Amino acid sequence: MRMLRSLVFGPTGSISIGKKFTQINWSLIFLISLVSSIGFATLYSAAGGNLDPWAGRQMTRFAIGMVMLVCIALIDLRFWFKVAYPFYGFAFLLLVAVEIAGDIGMGAQRWLDLGFIQLQPSELMKVALVLVLARYFHGLSYAEIGQPTRLIWPALLVLVPAALVAKQPDLGSAILLGLTGAVIFLAAGVRIWKFILVGGALAAVIPVAWRFLREYQRQRVLTFLNPENDPLGAGYHIIQSRIALGSGGIWGKGYLQGTQAYLQFLPERQTDFIFPMFAEEFGMAGALILIGLYALIIIYGLAIALRAQTQFGRLTAVGLIGIFFIYAFVNMAMVQGLMPVVGIPLPFMSYGGTAMMSLLISFGILISVYVHRDVRVGRRAIDDD
Amino acid sequence: MAGPGLRAQVFSRRVALIAGGELTLLGMLIGRLYQLQVIDRERYATLAEDNRVAMRLLAPPRGRILDRYGVPLALNRQNYRLVVTAEQTGSVAATLDALAAIVTLTDADRRRVTREVSRRRRFVPVTVREDLSWDEVARVAVNAPDLPGVAIEVGTSREYSYGEEFAHVLGYVAPPAESDLTGDPMLELPDMRIGRNGVERVYDVALRGRAGTSQFEVNAVGRPIRELARIEGDPGLDVVLTLDAELQRVAAQALAREQSGSVVVIDVTNGDVLALVSYPSFRPGDFERGIAASTWRQLTSDIRNPLINKAVSGQYSPGSTFKMMVALAALDSGAVTPETRVGCPGHLDFGDNRFHCWKPSGHGPMDMVDAITQSCDVYFYEVARRTGADKIAAMARRFGFGETQLSQELPGERAGLVPSTEWKLRTYGEQWAQGETLIFGIGQGYILATPLQLAVMTARLVNGGIAVKPHLTRDRIVERRADLRSADVFPAMNIPRRHMQVVLRGMDQVVNGERGTGYRSRIVEPGMSMGGKSGTAQVRRISMQERLTGRRRQEDLPWEHRHHALFVAYAPIEQPRYACAVVVEHGIGGSATAAPICKEVLTEAQRRLRQRPTAPQRMAER
Repeated sequence: MRMLRSLVFGPTGSISIGKKFTQINWSLIFLISLVSSIGFATLYSAAGGNLDPWAGRQMTRFAIGMVMLVCIALIDLRFWFKVAYPFYGFAFLLLVAVEIAGDIGMGAQRWLDLGFIQLQPSELMKVALVLVLARYFHGLSYAEIGQPTRLIWPALLVLVPAALVAKQPDLGSAILLGLTGAVIFLAAGVRIWKFILVGGALAAVIPVAWRFLREYQRQRVLTFLNPENDPLGAGYHIIQSRIALGSGGIWGKGYLQGTQAYLQFLPERQTDFIFPMFAEEFGMAGALILIGLYALIIIYGLAIALRAQTQFGRLTAVGLIGIFFIYAFVNMAMVQGLMPVVGIPLPFMSYGGTAMMSLLISFGILISVYVHRDVRVGRRAIDDD
Repeated sequence: MAGPGLRAQVFSRRVALIAGGELTLLGMLIGRLYQLQVIDRERYATLAEDNRVAMRLLAPPRGRILDRYGVPLALNRQNYRLVVTAEQTGSVAATLDALAAIVTLTDADRRRVTREVSRRRRFVPVTVREDLSWDEVARVAVNAPDLPGVAIEVGTSREYSYGEEFAHVLGYVAPPAESDLTGDPMLELPDMRIGRNGVERVYDVALRGRAGTSQFEVNAVGRPIRELARIEGDPGLDVVLTLDAELQRVAAQALAREQSGSVVVIDVTNGDVLALVSYPSFRPGDFERGIAASTWRQLTSDIRNPLINKAVSGQYSPGSTFKMMVALAALDSGAVTPETRVGCPGHLDFGDNRFHCWKPSGHGPMDMVDAITQSCDVYFYEVARRTGADKIAAMARRFGFGETQLSQELPGERAGLVPSTEWKLRTYGEQWAQGETLIFGIGQGYILATPLQLAVMTARLVNGGIAVKPHLTRDRIVERRADLRSADVFPAMNIPRRHMQVVLRGMDQVVNGERGTGYRSRIVEPGMSMGGKSGTAQVRRISMQERLTGRRRQEDLPWEHRHHALFVAYAPIEQPRYACAVVVEHGIGGSATAAPICKEVLTEAQRRLRQRPTAPQRMAER
C-alpha cells in the first residue's frame, strides 16, 4: 500500500497532497471551463435550444473529466515517467487490437467497444507517444541528440503507431501523431536542418503517397482543392461551412438564430463543424474571443513547459499543448476551407466523450508537470537538470 | 546545478519558435475569418438565404363556367385524396394493409405507392388514392388514430355537371403538354390543368387566374419549416355562357335518338347561342389526367366522329333549307315575283340533262310560297336559272354563309363554302356550267354550310332582317376582366320587308300547312308555334349522276352513304324569338328525322320563355 502510494504520489513527504492542491493552475482550469462552457452553449443551440441530446451529456462528461483532471494533476510526475513505456505498449496493443477486432464504423476501424465506453486507441496513443518521447529525450544530452542514430528509436516510436493508425484508415490521426512527434523532436533540440531535410523528402514523396490513399481520402483532398466541383457531394460540407461562417458576419446572427445550422445545412454541427455553427451565431467577434482563449491556453501550456525543471516535464508539456494546438488549428482551418476535411474535433467544443476525456487527461498531466515542476525525475541527471 | 544547461537553453529557444509558429498560424485563421465574415459577408449571406428560403406557387382555383341562368356547367369539385407520409408510419406496407381493409386499393395502387415511397424523401406525402367517396373519407377519419402517417388531402378536379352534353362547347382540361409550357411556372404545378378545347381553351387565360406564392423556410433536406410570406393569387374568372343548360340537355336527348348529328339554337334578337349540341359526344373527364389509349382509340375510330363538334365543324350541303336564299335572291334581282308560277311536271330538262324533282309525279303549277311549302325542286331549278348563281351566292353571303360566325369563341369552326362563277374559275380553272346553277338552286353542289350558319340564316330571316352574329358569352372577356357586352348593335340587311314576308309565309306553311313537308312536326300546344324548312343533303358528290339515272331507295344504302337530314326552324311564328337548325347525319329525310327534333327543342324553348321571361341575370360577380 505504501509502495503504491509512493509510486503514485512520490516519496512520502516530498510534497503533501494539500500543498499540491494549492499548486494546481486554477486559472488554466478556468480557461478550459470557459471554452467548455462556450461549447455547452453551442451544443445547446445545435440541438435547437435543447440540452438533449448533446449539451447535457457533454456537461456530465466534463464534470467527471474535471475530477479526473484534478486527480491526475496530483499524481507524481515520476509515475508518468515510470509508466511511459508500459503505457505506450498498452496503447500500441490496443491499436493492434482494433486492427484485428475493431468495430466497423465510418468505413474505418477506430473504436474498441469496451461496453461502457467506446475506446479510441489512437487518442490514448497520442498521450502515450508524448510521454514515451519525453522520457526518451529526457535521457539524451544535447550532444547525443545531435547523433542521427539516436533518432532512429524515437522515429520508430512515432512512425509505427502512425502507420497502424493510417492503415485503419485514419489519415488525420496518423498525421497528427507525426506532427506531435515532430513538435517534441523540435523542442528536444533535434537540429533544424534535419527537419528541413525530412520536410523536403516528404514533399518529394507526396505524389507517390497519393497512389496509396483510399478513394475517399483522395476525394477529400480534391474536394479541398475545389469544393465547388461537387457542391452536392463531397464539397457540400465545406461550402455549407463557409456559408455558415461568412453569413455570420462580424456580430453573428444571434444565439439560437443560425439558419445554416438550425436548418441542418451545416453537417455534423455538433462535432467537427461546431466552429462554423458557433461563428454563424456569434460572428467574427465570437470567433476572435474563442481563438483568443485557445491562444491563452497554448501560451499557458508553453509557460508551464518553460517553468518545468526536468526535460521530461518540459517535453511532456510541450507535446501535450502541441496536440491541443494541432487539434484546434486543424479543425478551424478545415472548416474555413484552408485544409482538407479530416475528422478532427475542436478541443473542448466538439461533442464527443473520448475526445473530452483524453483532453482532460492531457491537461491533468500538463498541470501535473506544473505541480511537480521542481521534482527530479529519472535515475541520472543529465548535464543541466 | 550551474544554472540552465545547454539543453534547457535550446529548449527555451525552441519553445519560443513553437509559440511563434503556433500564434502565427492562429493569426492566419483570423485573417481567413476576416475574409469570410467581413469581406465576403454579403455573398455568403445571400447564399445562406438561398439555402433557407424556398418558394411555392399556390394554384388559383379555376374559374367556373356557368349557363345563362347561373347553372354551373364546369366547376371544381373537391377531390379527397388519401396520402401517406412514410416517416410517420411504422411501416408503409402495414399501413397499406390496414388501409386496404377500409378503402378500395388495387394491387397497382399498392405497387405505385411502394415505388414512390422508395423514390421520394420520407417526409413527402405520397398519394395512395384519389377521389375518395364520402364513406371512405369517413372510414379513414374514424380509424385515423390507428393509422399514423395517413392523411386526407383536399385537391380539386374539374367536374362537368352535364358531361357529354356540353363536351363539345365546353371542351375539357388536361395536364399541360411540353409545348404548352411558356415559362409561366404556374403551368408546372402538379395539379395544373389547362383548357384543351371549346370554351375551356378559348377563355383559358381568364379561367386560370393568377397564381399566388408562398415563401417558406426549408431545411437542408427540403422539409418546410415555417411560412415566411404569402401572396394570395387571383382565382380564375367565372365565364358566363349564353347557353341554356336545360334547353341544351333537351336538345341533346332528342338528338340522341339518332345516330349522329347536331342542333343549334340561337336567340334571333341578339345572337345568344342557347344550345349547341353535337352527337355523339365524349366524356370530358376522360381527358383530365391524360386520356387512356384505349378510350382514345375508340373515340378516333368511331365513324360518327364523336370528337368533332359537328355544329360548327360539320359542313353539309344545305339542300332545300337553302331555297329561302334562292327565293330572296330571285326577288331581289327581279327575276321573278312572288306570284310568278312555274309548272312542275316532276322534272326539268335543261341542255342534255333532265333534272328531277324529289316528287317524280310533279307538283303542278307552283308560286313561291307553294314551292317553299312543298319544297318543289323544279320551281327552284327554274328560278335559280333565271336569277343566276352569283346573285344567289351574294344573297347567301349576306345571310352569313361562307364565313365563320363564332370562331372567336369556339375553336374548330369552319367557314363552309359559297361557290360563284369567279370561284369556280379560280379553283378549278373551268367555266361555271349552267347546270350547276340549277343544282345550286336546291342547295346542292358545291355549297357547304355548317349547322350554325343555318341557324344564323334562319335568325336573320325571321328577326326582321338584322344581321345578328351569334355569340357564346354574355360578357366580353378580355384577358382577366369581364365587361358586360355592350348591347350589340347589328346592322340591318335592308331586304325589302315584302320579300321577307313571302319567304316567312312559305316557312310557316312548311310546318303548318297541310301540304307542308314538316306538317307532322307542327307544334299544337296552345300559344306555341313553329315555322321552318326541311332539307336533304346529298352525301355523295356524284349526286348529279344519280339524279339523272334515277334513284335507289336511301334505306337500302349503307348508313354512311345515306343523305343527311336537315331542318331549320323558328318559333314562335308571331314575333319569332328562336332559330333552330338540326342536322341528322345520314338521317335520310329532313322532315321525317330532323323536324321532330326541331319541334321538341323549340317547344321546350317556348315553354322556358314562359317560365323565365326575364332577362338572365349576370353571374360574373361572385
